[in-house]
Order: sequence, then C-alpha cells, then structure tokens
Amino acid sequence: MASHAEVVHVHVHTAPTGFIRKYVFSVDHKVIGIQYYLLALFSVFLGMSLSLLMRIHLVWPALHLPFTPGGQMTPEQYLALLTMHGTIMVFMVLTTAPQSGFGNYFLPIQIGAEDMAFPVLNMLSFWTTFVSLLVMVAAFFVSGGAPIGGWTSYPPLSALGEIVGPGQGAGQTLWIVGLAIFCAASLLGAINFITTTIDLRCKGMTLMRMPLTVWAWLITAVLGLLAFGVLLAACALLLLDRSLGTSFFVPGGLVVTDQVITWHKGGSPILWQHLFWFFGHPEVYIAILPGMGVASHLLSTFSRKPIFGYRAMVYAMLSIGFLGFTVWGHHMFISGMSPYSAFAFSLLTMSIGVPSAIKTFNWLGTLWGGQIRFTTSMLFALGFVSLFVSGGLSGLFLAQPAIDLYLHDTYYVVAHFHLIMGVAAIFGIFAATYFWFPKMFGRFLNERIGKVHFWLTFIGVYSIFMPMHFLGIAGHPRRYADLTGVQYLNGLIPVQRFISIAAFITIGSQLLFLFNFLWSLWGGKKATEMNPWEATTLAWSIPSPPPFDNFAGHIPTVYRGPYEFAVPGARQDYVPQQLTPAEVATGEVSSGPTVKA
Amino acid sequence: MPGVVADEIELQIGANRGGDAPSRDGGGDGDRGDGQIPAYRRASVTGITLALGGILMFFLALTSSYIVRRGVTTDWQPVPLPRLLWANTAVLLASSVTIEMARRALRRGAEDAFRNLWALTSGLGVIFVAGQLLAWRELRAEGVFLATNPSSSFFYVLTGLHGLHLLGGVIALVYVALKSWQGSRVGQATGAEVAAIYWHFMDGLWVFLLLLLTLGR
Repeated sequence: MASHAEVVHVHVHTAPTGFIRKYVFSVDHKVIGIQYYLLALFSVFLGMSLSLLMRIHLVWPALHLPFTPGGQMTPEQYLALLTMHGTIMVFMVLTTAPQSGFGNYFLPIQIGAEDMAFPVLNMLSFWTTFVSLLVMVAAFFVSGGAPIGGWTSYPPLSALGEIVGPGQGAGQTLWIVGLAIFCAASLLGAINFITTTIDLRCKGMTLMRMPLTVWAWLITAVLGLLAFGVLLAACALLLLDRSLGTSFFVPGGLVVTDQVITWHKGGSPILWQHLFWFFGHPEVYIAILPGMGVASHLLSTFSRKPIFGYRAMVYAMLSIGFLGFTVWGHHMFISGMSPYSAFAFSLLTMSIGVPSAIKTFNWLGTLWGGQIRFTTSMLFALGFVSLFVSGGLSGLFLAQPAIDLYLHDTYYVVAHFHLIMGVAAIFGIFAATYFWFPKMFGRFLNERIGKVHFWLTFIGVYSIFMPMHFLGIAGHPRRYADLTGVQYLNGLIPVQRFISIAAFITIGSQLLFLFNFLWSLWGGKKATEMNPWEATTLAWSIPSPPPFDNFAGHIPTVYRGPYEFAVPGARQDYVPQQLTPAEVATGEVSSGPTVKA
Repeated sequence: MPGVVADEIELQIGANRGGDAPSRDGGGDGDRGDGQIPAYRRASVTGITLALGGILMFFLALTSSYIVRRGVTTDWQPVPLPRLLWANTAVLLASSVTIEMARRALRRGAEDAFRNLWALTSGLGVIFVAGQLLAWRELRAEGVFLATNPSSSFFYVLTGLHGLHLLGGVIALVYVALKSWQGSRVGQATGAEVAAIYWHFMDGLWVFLLLLLTLGR
C-alpha cells in the first residue's frame, strides 16, 4: 500500500511525442499559449489590412482597390471593412493575445504550477476560439459579404436580414454565431484561469506575493466570466429575432427600404444596447488590464526597483474591474436615456479616473530614481504608460453627457478608444513579446530592429490618432465612407490624408516586427542564460524554453514577493522569489543558476 | 465536514492504485491548505462553482431582458402556464434528494446504493426534460408558439435553455457513472460531488425561473 504522500508526489510526466498531440491538439498550456498568440498575430495583420483599405478609400476614393467587385468601393463595402476590422481586432487580437496567449503561457509558470487546472478544457478553449475565427471570417465569403452593422451590431439593423443591406443576411448570421462561439470559448478560458490561480499556487505563493501580471490575468478572467455570459444571452436572443421571428429587439412599425416590417412588433433595440455594453465595457478592461500587469512588471524589472505601492496596484486593478461593471451606460448617452441615469453613469465613469491615476502615479513612482535599462520591452512598457494617459484623458471629456452628445459620433471617440483600448493594449502585447520571447523560444528578438520598430510605431500611432481628436472636435462624423460629397468636410481632407500616410508607415513598420519575430525564431541570439533580464519571478529559474511540466517535477517554494530589487544588504540587485533566506544571506544557491557570484 | 470524508475515499482509491500515480497528480499540492487535500479535487469544486457563476450571469441577462421587455410594451400577453410544470418541478426536486442520497452513499462506501440512486437521478432528469417537452406540446396545441408574443418567446427560451443545461447534467451523471476512474487525477467521489453541485444548481435555477414565469407574468 502506498501512502498518500507517495501517491501525490510521484511525478510521471511524459511529454507527448506525436506531432498532432504535441503541437496541434496539445494540452500543454505553453503550446496553447503560443497557439493563441499565433491566432492573434494572424488576426492583427488581417485587421490591419482591412483598416489599410479603409484609409486608402477615404482619401483616394477613385483608386481601384483589390477585393472590390468593379474596382470601386461602395459605402456598404466600407462599412463591412469597418465592422470586421473592429470585430477581429477586439475579439481575436485584444482579447486573445494578452490574456489567453501570454496568460496561458506564463500564469502557471509564475505561480509555480505544472499546467492549468483543466488542460483538456484549455485545449478546447483554443480550438473553439479557432472555430469562431473561421466562422467570422467566413462572413466575407458568403453572398452579400460581411455584415455592415459595426462591431456593436445594433438592432434593428442587425436583426432584419438582407433587406437592410448586403451583409446583413448570411454574413450577419455568421457574425453572431461566431461571436457566440467565442463567448463560450472565453468562458471556458476564464474558469481555467481563475481556478488555476486559486488552487494551484505553489507553496509560499500567497496572493500578495503574486506577480502583478498574475493579478491582472486573474481579474481579467473574472471580468470575462461575468461578462461573456451576458453577451452570449444577447446573441441568442438576436439570433432568434433574425431567424425565428421573435421580437426581443425589433420594435413595431418599422419602414425599411420602402418596406413596412409587419412580422415584428414591440421589441426594444435599447435592450440590446444595455446587454451589449454590460459586456462591452468590461471588455475594454479585459483588453487593457493584462497590459497594465505587464507594464507594472517590466517597469519594476527594468528600473531595478520594487514596484511602487504593490498593494495599491492590486486594489486599483480590483476597483477598475469592479467599476467597469457599473459604467456601461456611458456608451449610450445618445440613446435617449434619462438625464438622471446619464448623470449617475457619468459620475461612476469619472470615478474610474481615481484608480487609473493611482496606477499611473505608481508607475512614475517606480521609475523615479531607478537605474533604468532601456531594453525594447521597457520602451514598449513606457509607451504603454504614455498611451494609457493620452487615451485616458480624453475619456474624462467623453464621460460628460453634454460633451458626449456632440462628440459621440465623431472621430474623437475613434481617437479615444483606439489609443486606450487598441494601441495601449497592443503596446502591452509588444512589451510582453520582447520580454518573454527568449523564455518561450530560447532565442532573443533582435533588439536593434526592435528599437526601430518601437520608435516608428510610437511616433506612428500618435500621428494617426492625435489628429483624429481635432477632426472630432471639428465635427467630422465617424463611419463616413466618402468625404468628397460633404462640403464642410473638405477642409479636413488634408488631415485625413496625413492620417492615412501615417497609417501606411505605421502598418508598414509592423513588417519589421514580423520579420524580427520569424527570423529570431531560428536565427536570433541564443538565450543561454536562464535569467537574461535579471528578473525575480519563477519563470526565470527554469530553462528556456521550459520543459514539458515546467519545473521538471520539482515544484518550487516561494519565500518572498515578486519585486525584490535593490534590497539593502543583498549581494546583488535582485532577489528571485524562490531563494531561501539562507541562500540570500550566504549568496550560495543550492538549486538553479539564477544568481551570479 | 463532508469534504473530509470524501477525501478519505479518494485517498483510498489512490492507495489502491498503488505506485501507479496519475500522470499529473499533485501539480500544485501544498500551499493553500495543509497539503492534505489533493489540489485537483479542490480545483474541481472551484471550477464547477465558477462555471455556475458564468451560467448564472447568462440566465440573469435573460431575466433582466424579461423584465425590461415586459416593461416597455403593451403587447405582452401572459402565456397560460401548463399545469404539467408543477409535476415536472416535483420530479426535479425529488431528483435533488436522490442525487444527495447517492453522493452520501458513495461517501459511506455503499457502492450498490450509489449506483441505484445515481441511475434513479438520471432517470428523473430525463423524465423532467420529457415533461417539459410535453408542456411545450400542450402550449403548441393551444396555438402558443415561440413568436406568438413576447411572453411565449421568453417561456420557450427560458425553459429550453434550462432544459439544455439539465440535459448536460444528465450527460455528466452518465459520465460519472461509466467513466473508469482508474488513473485519473480525482476520484469518483469528487466527480459525483461536482455533478451534484451542478445538479442542485440547475434545480434551484428552475425554481427561480418558475417563480419568474408565474409571479412575473
């Protein structure tokens, strides 16, 4: 009879050998993390190509473009590009890469676990996400093409089918089905992330010793768990309205393209908005919170200083997560809601400024007096802070109902959400990529190309999105496909042209990144050291890339917090989490070569 | 604590397996408790609890849609609730009792009693879903369809989605009964516990939905 202790501590970890089990239907969280990352990488280039076509059409409408039958882009085709650009970027890039990609790869490693709590479920989450991407992209190839209702797909436009426009038939149906599948996948992922964090931390890894990245992934997962179910319900009702004749969202008495809609009555399109934005606002934080975690992590590591106000950072993220569920109405100020509701939503929205400011000042406090190492990943982390502030400040204006009434349907909003939700999150992804690439693939990304990539991207995104604020203030409406026929916009066309050119350069410079990524996989400098950045978390105490079960059967024990840099009396300027007090005192490390003599 | 006894059974199962340890057991055993409770048993309970949180949000979204949709228009005609629903409810409540008895029987080590009660619970679950379908048929006979009016739409949506979730529960019961637990990370006791938690939740959820459909007509 074996004792309990034996049963638990015998480790038999044989990595799968076949190609399919190892790389395709893998249950290894690291492989799944990379799969998510590659899915996001494909999607981000797809999404960028769509925006490229839009930018070209906006300023050179006469130009013949590919993929447009007849050579001329119709307004409907423009709206289809707009819809799919938003949808693919929000769901397949901003939701997958920072959370499901890096979270999957590094959350178990950073808390000292061998894998996620439910590896098979994890595999299912990825492949379900993959199917949802296929279903959505399929919308391009059905009769009528992709939907034209925007990424928010407001009914009645999204509920009535083909009579309201091409793309609103089969394309819109595929969009809804794809999104519903994505919701299911995200729910599975969220359950896995939270369970893993709660139950699989190694000995000594208390909550307040978790790296801020882990906190960010945990809170993001909680948001996902509470938000995606609501969107799933909304999608189900919308699908019924479209295909089975119910009237949840479609009001009576509609006249669409000279046709009276008689088969619907009494529904509430505002109900969809409530359901959608109850999901949609937390979704913004689902995209940005992991970036905050990464930025905090890197600013501390590369300033060689403990993070300023660790607990405050945790509580700030928790309150951002909580408040995120109370502010959805600020997306609906122009829906005709009661001014009292608008006032409440406005106050709650502005109160998010408080934890956001706490985070920003703590980032600055972390940098202050630090011995900053300007690696490419650090540059992107600093860029994240910059973009977070720039994008966040315009939020304070939009949070006022009176100002929002004017700005809501203008480029001001486009500028705001691209800076804070889009580009800031993307900078978080880049920072994480440059930082963790050596751990994931055993080779470095090229730092020189990386820095050129950073500066081109940093200047590029500001050149694209800063002028959009002025377009918005000048009253330039968003979603317009054609500017030539609108006289009062003529004076703004040079600004649009500048933005388009800036977009070409910025998107072009992403090819540098793609080249760097692909080339470095095989030709990059080898990461021979376990801990090249002299960082403190558990990921840097294991080989690069890590073995199948991460710790080769030796689950570590953690003795300290994640950001012990510049500790007085220590023999070096960083103390890894797994070092025992004795090892710190003597400088002799019994296991792991993370400490240099 | 019921959990402790269940763990002992699990340890026995583990002990019976001898040195043939499961491939991924003990992944994070250790920190949170005293190292006595296998982490994956804990994780199973955490996981199902979280899943129910997600499912709850899904049904709460439908509930709030129900309230809003009922409030905004004048075309709401309360659907005549089939009497059969009450019988179905009784069946479902009874199944919660039998699944609890089954779970406890397994804890005692009374495997035969467990198997019988577990099968009985699955049977009651199937009867409930069949009963719901009969209720649908009754409504159809009265000319009340999905798109007839918002009240009937919600009736079919809520009962249908709950029924689907309950069918998932039946599949889980069959899985727990038939799966070979040799060499898996957690024992059958944990599987039964997880399935029972889900089952009780679906039971409570139905009572809630029934109250919504009757009191909120």
